[in-house]
Amino acid sequence: MSKIFSRDSWAEIIEALSSNWFRTILTAFGVLWGIFILVILLAAGNGLENGVKQGFDGMATNSMFMWSQTASKPYKGLPKGRRYRFKVGDVEAIKQNVPSLKYVSPRNQLGGFRGSNNVTRGLKTGAYNVYGDYPEIIEQQPMDITSGRFINYSDLNEKRKVAVIGEAVKTGLYDVGEDVLGTYIKINGVNFMVIGTYKKKSNGGGDPEEAMKEIFVPFTSFSQAFNMADNVGWMAITAQDKSSITQLKTQVFDVIKNRHSIHPEDDRAIGHFDLYEEFSKINGLFTALNFVAYFVGVLVLLSGIIGISNIMLIVVKERTKEIGIRRALGATPWSIRAQVLLESIFLTIISGMAGIALASGVLALVNFAMEGMDTSEMMFLNPSVNIGVVLIALTILIVSGLLAGLIPAQNAIKVKPVDALRTD
Amino acid sequence: MGSNSLHVLKGIDFEVAEGEMVSIMGSSGSGKSTLLNILGMLDEADEGTYHLDGKPIKNLNEKIAAKYRNQFLGFIFQSFNLINYKTALDNVAMPLYYQGVNRKIRMEKAHHYLEKVGLADWATHLPNELSGGQKQRVAIARALASDPKVLLADEPTGALDTTTSYEVMELIQGINDEGKTILCVTHEDDIAHMCKRIVNLKDGVIIDDSPVQQVRAKEAQKKALHHV
Repeated sequence: MSKIFSRDSWAEIIEALSSNWFRTILTAFGVLWGIFILVILLAAGNGLENGVKQGFDGMATNSMFMWSQTASKPYKGLPKGRRYRFKVGDVEAIKQNVPSLKYVSPRNQLGGFRGSNNVTRGLKTGAYNVYGDYPEIIEQQPMDITSGRFINYSDLNEKRKVAVIGEAVKTGLYDVGEDVLGTYIKINGVNFMVIGTYKKKSNGGGDPEEAMKEIFVPFTSFSQAFNMADNVGWMAITAQDKSSITQLKTQVFDVIKNRHSIHPEDDRAIGHFDLYEEFSKINGLFTALNFVAYFVGVLVLLSGIIGISNIMLIVVKERTKEIGIRRALGATPWSIRAQVLLESIFLTIISGMAGIALASGVLALVNFAMEGMDTSEMMFLNPSVNIGVVLIALTILIVSGLLAGLIPAQNAIKVKPVDALRTD
Repeated sequence: MGSNSLHVLKGIDFEVAEGEMVSIMGSSGSGKSTLLNILGMLDEADEGTYHLDGKPIKNLNEKIAAKYRNQFLGFIFQSFNLINYKTALDNVAMPLYYQGVNRKIRMEKAHHYLEKVGLADWATHLPNELSGGQKQRVAIARALASDPKVLLADEPTGALDTTTSYEVMELIQGINDEGKTILCVTHEDDIAHMCKRIVNLKDGVIIDDSPVQQVRAKEAQKKALHHV
């Protein structure tokens, strides 16, 4: 019916709603409040999610770290409790046997938590983590190169003794304003030339200061300089975007178990940390949070809707006579029903829009207040809802406006013209 | 509404030709309003047939009933039944709105009918700014707006004083002179005699149905003034 959207129907609706402003506004407030709560809750959830996930910012979350432990089961004549180490050959074997991996980066490490002083430069010394790495590691553990460059394959192939140091290392070993690139630092007595510096953000809530006390050198030079032979301390493995590391990791383990004569069911021989699994857990948490936001928001909205439904019932009751007159003048039941429904939907949408606008205003204020702050260490960032959520909210509004009007509309067409006209 | 039904009409058999002006009389409870409601398709008869303009009116669904009411019938009520929040002009335009006439033509027509009842200057006034007589004239204009075949008036002067009543009746007589069929329920003798035929109801049956010499409302008015 094209008549529904004509200027006249709208004029009728405005007339009907404006005949009792105070009541209309009170009723509208219920829905306004409901949608306001819904949007604010979703935005707050979103802000929390943004805040927590900024720790994962740029990190290849589809990754795991894997290190060797001791065999916990005897196998092929080898005793349990046997120590073994990953070898350089394992890397190639994993790459060949598990094709959907993106990066397999072997790593070796010196120093560690509360390690003794291992790096010196002139009179200054410090305790730092030193890693022997492949160039891909920068894709897996993102860092900003602040000067110079990161290690590359030429460094690796030629076993150059070069190092990339963190900003914290720089402040520890150098004077302020001193030139860093091209200078030498002594790691465990071996000289390395500094070719770059980097800066890191905190990852996953870790201490960024600690994360910047790291030195990266080529894997090959590291092995040679510190007598690692072909041993590999641990590996950082990233799967391709299409596949999940959580599904691929058993294949990786199988390759290792096979090459090192480990019992196929010995799960304790290989230690690992699945970043993707952790990330999924956090994701799951936010999905749950989102669900709670919708649940609470929709329930609050529901009470607003019931308010509208209630008021429409009263309006229909009040206008019984008017409906009777209209029927006598030739209004069809459908046109009466349509008018009540439209009134209800119109009221719901207008008040819902006002609620969305109000919530957006509040969010803008919050964002404005947070603008000046350093948000990198806050668990809350950029609370907002996207247009999709607004559209969902609008759909909920239209549907609920329709539902709110349904019973009153049905009541309205039950009015018999003659009964309606008799009520005087 | 109680669950026990009451048989108000007990066998009514009469016919109204085009252009007639019939008054239906009777004391309260005689069934005159019920008869009018059935004729107006506002109510349904339990038994019997009703033909309007040669069409049998029965088993109507609400949609068709609404269409017939809109096209064939105009209603005038005792309590005017104007819609309070609409101006006189909008009230008159309502039947046309339900006919789907577009806004401009609707307003022109409505204005024409308001002019006809002498209220063109009051077009933008709300019902509560009008006197009783003016309200009833707006209601008459509304009843005429859809150009119906039959005008059904339920005690059209019931809420008006004598002078105003005569003015309203004068208007209704004028409409009848133009050829519209009019049925007018009343219990006032003088009003009834301004019609051309009187049907007398008592306890749900017709006890008398006879043509009368129509008294013109204008003359009745003059006479009344003389008395004072």
